[in-house]
This record gives sequence, structure tokens and C-alpha cells, in this order.
Amino acid sequence: MKHHHDHSHDRSFDEGPTSEYEIMSRAMQELLIERGIITAEEVRRRMEQFDADFPYRGPRVIAHAWADPAFKARLLADGKRACAEFGLDLEAERLIAVENTPDVHNVIVCTLCSCYPRALLGMPPTWYKSENYRRRVVREPRAVLAEFGTIVPEHVAVRVHDSNADMRYVVVPMRPAGTDGWSEAELARIITRDSLVGVTLPKV
Amino acid sequence: MSLPSAYTEAPARRFNVGDRVAVKAANPPGHRRTPHYIRGKRGVIERVCGVFPNPEELAYGFNGEPKRVLYRVRFQQRDLWANYSGSARDAIELEIYEHWLEPA
Repeated sequence: MKHHHDHSHDRSFDEGPTSEYEIMSRAMQELLIERGIITAEEVRRRMEQFDADFPYRGPRVIAHAWADPAFKARLLADGKRACAEFGLDLEAERLIAVENTPDVHNVIVCTLCSCYPRALLGMPPTWYKSENYRRRVVREPRAVLAEFGTIVPEHVAVRVHDSNADMRYVVVPMRPAGTDGWSEAELARIITRDSLVGVTLPKV
Repeated sequence: MSLPSAYTEAPARRFNVGDRVAVKAANPPGHRRTPHYIRGKRGVIERVCGVFPNPEELAYGFNGEPKRVLYRVRFQQRDLWANYSGSARDAIELEIYEHWLEPA
């Protein structure tokens, strides 16, 4: 696999009219099926295989980081190594974990394509791949966050992370008040995918 | 997945954390990992990510040699957009390869 960025070079998830690439992709699939080279069933199974290959495991890691400050420090220092210690092999992905604090709110995007920490969070949501999100969150992050229901106070700096090359990113949200004594399994249940991309906050 | 296992440290590098840098304002054709919106802008090295096969070569089926040092660079939002309305402390970080950076 020479071309190893995890982007698809299509824009089929954007809003608006069908793109040229989407038309080409559909035409190619129809031709391959018509000629008996692949079957629709094989395409469906491959899509399922993506989900199996990239399970959604982020909340367990972040819950552990909330419960164990020493682990959190190691996660922030070297995300891939800390995940390996936790039993999660991120394969080729290099992971940078960025921590939300009372002074900083982090949010992740890939403006060039749709790079995403798939080994940790599975397949990216549709909005993450949309042209709208990718174009706007770098220019007006506070407005985009507000559309997700996240109002970041003026005294908190917003830090946007463009996942534009070889690293992948995950946000370590702040542990909400009122969760003292919770088990890691209980904590993991309030850690949503969107909070690990940084567009929302975990809520009790 | 069979990906290049060439992720190594970067002892021989041009910049260190805290150095002020400028992204080249070049506009070469081809597969580039430096977004247009950041070209020509000034920032500060936030971390050294390591040495990676050059994606501008990998994209065309070459082996990515020589490898390039990859940096995480922090830019202030108000330095990027004329009408930025958020806090003066708002920032954006990107990964920039060494051959795209100059001292500033």
C-alpha cells in the first residue's frame, strides 16, 4: 500500500450535489458488479470489515487516564506507547493526545482529507469528513463549536489541531464534576466520540 | 496493514522546540501535505514529531527517501485570518515538514 494516508480522495460525504468523484466511484462499482468481477455482497462485507478492523476503543483509554493521573501523563507524552501499555495496538498510527484544561479547549480536524485516529476511534463520522466542517473549523472554530452546542468562554483558548500529515490526534476532555468514585466503566459511558474529537464535552 | 516502519527519532534537525519559523510561500504542483492556508505564515515549533518518509514522494509510488523531519508548529489565529473574532490566545497547530520551513 504505497499511498498510506487514510483518506479516500472522494467527497461523497459532503453536502450538496453529487461530486465527480462520487459519480466515477459509483460508475466503477456498477461496472465491476455488472462484469461479475465483484459482487455487491463483497462490497458490503468489506465495509463491515472496516468496522471490525477499527473498533471504537477510545473511551476506555480516556476513562483510564481520568482514573490514573500517572497513566494520563504517559498518554500525553506518547499516545501510541501508552495505548500499547493499555493493551491497544495502534499499529502504524502515531497518536498525540491533547488535554483540555480550564485554560485550553482542543478540537481536531483534517483540512486536507479525513485523517482520523481510526485505530482508536473507528471510522470517522460523516460530519468530520464534510467540506463544511473541514473548511470552517480552522477559520471560525468558536462558531462551529457553538453549532455542536459547545460554547467556549472567551477566557479559554481554542486550539485547533489540523491532522494534516503523519500524526493522529485525540482529545482528553476534562473529567466532569460529580463523577467522584465512579468506576472506569461508568466513566467510559459518558465519554462520547464527539468529545474525543473536541466538538462536545462529556456530560454527567 | 503493511505501512512503512520507518518512524524514527530526528537527531539531525534544523529546528528545535520554541524556534520561530515561517512556512514557505511556495506553490509547487503535486501531492503536498502543507495546506494552502498556512503557506507564508509564521509560527513557533511546538514539538518534533520524528522522521518520516516524504509523503510528497510516497504519493507517486516512490519510497519516500530521503526521509524528512516532521514538526508540529503552532500559529496564532489572528496571524492567519484578517477578521478572526475569537480570543487573541486562540491557536492552530499543524504538522509541517522541514523542507517547507525557514527560520523567522
